[in-house]
Amino acid sequence: MERSNEDLMLDGNAVGGLLSEVFGDDLTAALGSCPDCGRHAELATLRAFTHAPGVVLRCPACDGVQMVLVRTPRGVRHQTRVVMQRR
Amino acid sequence: MSALEWQIATVTKIAPETAKVKSFTFNLPAWTQHRAGQHYDIRLTAPDGYRAQRSYLIASAPERAGEIDLTVELVEDGEVSTFLHTAVRVGDGIEVRGPIGGYFVWDAATHGGPLLLVAGGSGVVPMMSMLRHRAAAGATVPVRLLYSSRTYEDVIYRAELDGLAAKGDGLEVFHTLTRSQPSGWTGYARRIDDKMLGEVSGPFGAKALTFICGPTALVEAAATSLEGAGLRTERIKTERFGPSGT
Repeated sequence: MERSNEDLMLDGNAVGGLLSEVFGDDLTAALGSCPDCGRHAELATLRAFTHAPGVVLRCPACDGVQMVLVRTPRGVRHQTRVVMQRR
Repeated sequence: MSALEWQIATVTKIAPETAKVKSFTFNLPAWTQHRAGQHYDIRLTAPDGYRAQRSYLIASAPERAGEIDLTVELVEDGEVSTFLHTAVRVGDGIEVRGPIGGYFVWDAATHGGPLLLVAGGSGVVPMMSMLRHRAAAGATVPVRLLYSSRTYEDVIYRAELDGLAAKGDGLEVFHTLTRSQPSGWTGYARRIDDKMLGEVSGPFGAKALTFICGPTALVEAAATSLEGAGLRTERIKTERFGPSGT
């Protein structure tokens, strides 16, 4: 499997603050299921790509995009594919 | 006030750790006890409204009330680290929010061990928070820290790590120096590899709770190696901080 920009990637941990702006809570320890491969783990374990104009969270198993967050003048827009479960 | 709102922290101390690394003590008007391994976001706003924001791992123990230490490495072309290193003075107010992160954390009372810590460069910062927490909590969980630095002078918290290890209460520190070594150096002298990880993690076997923090390439290599050696993926927690090399 070819991975995207491996040197630049961070862990989901790194975007806990941004997630809190969108979801009102620090969700890095929340569990999520990848809609592509079904991998089930904490959002902190996703790969975070933060060097683009937005932030992309990808599955470490299948590289599928699970969430995209973009800061706009009217707040943070997000497209969320990961199925989350708070605990 | 929620931990996730911005607040103005006051810088009360700036301490050089190495040529490129400084520790900043921030007094927090809305202090919330953190967990070892968490981070704070720092946000700078220019007069024209331009904003730059970065995350920095907490170095101090959760037991210290009202303030935190963030240890910051000066990154070439790094907007926030350059500002912190060159412009910030004691008494300045800085916008911060935190503590953030519920995964890469270690609580002495609930998580136990044995604890395997693998750090590259300033990736030692959250490990220091864990070791300070362990000492403050009086815990004797066995810990082995493998810490990779470029040179002897680049080793952050060197004296404090020596002191903690000298107590003989179950903490062992293993240094590797990748670029140059002082004469008489008896530690490792190469990048972290399978053999080194095997030697350091060996006594703990597959049951070690593992934290790895450092440049992305180091974290990838160490995590892959330890998984190959039989450690369970769920027991390996990682914090990558990007492409800077060690």
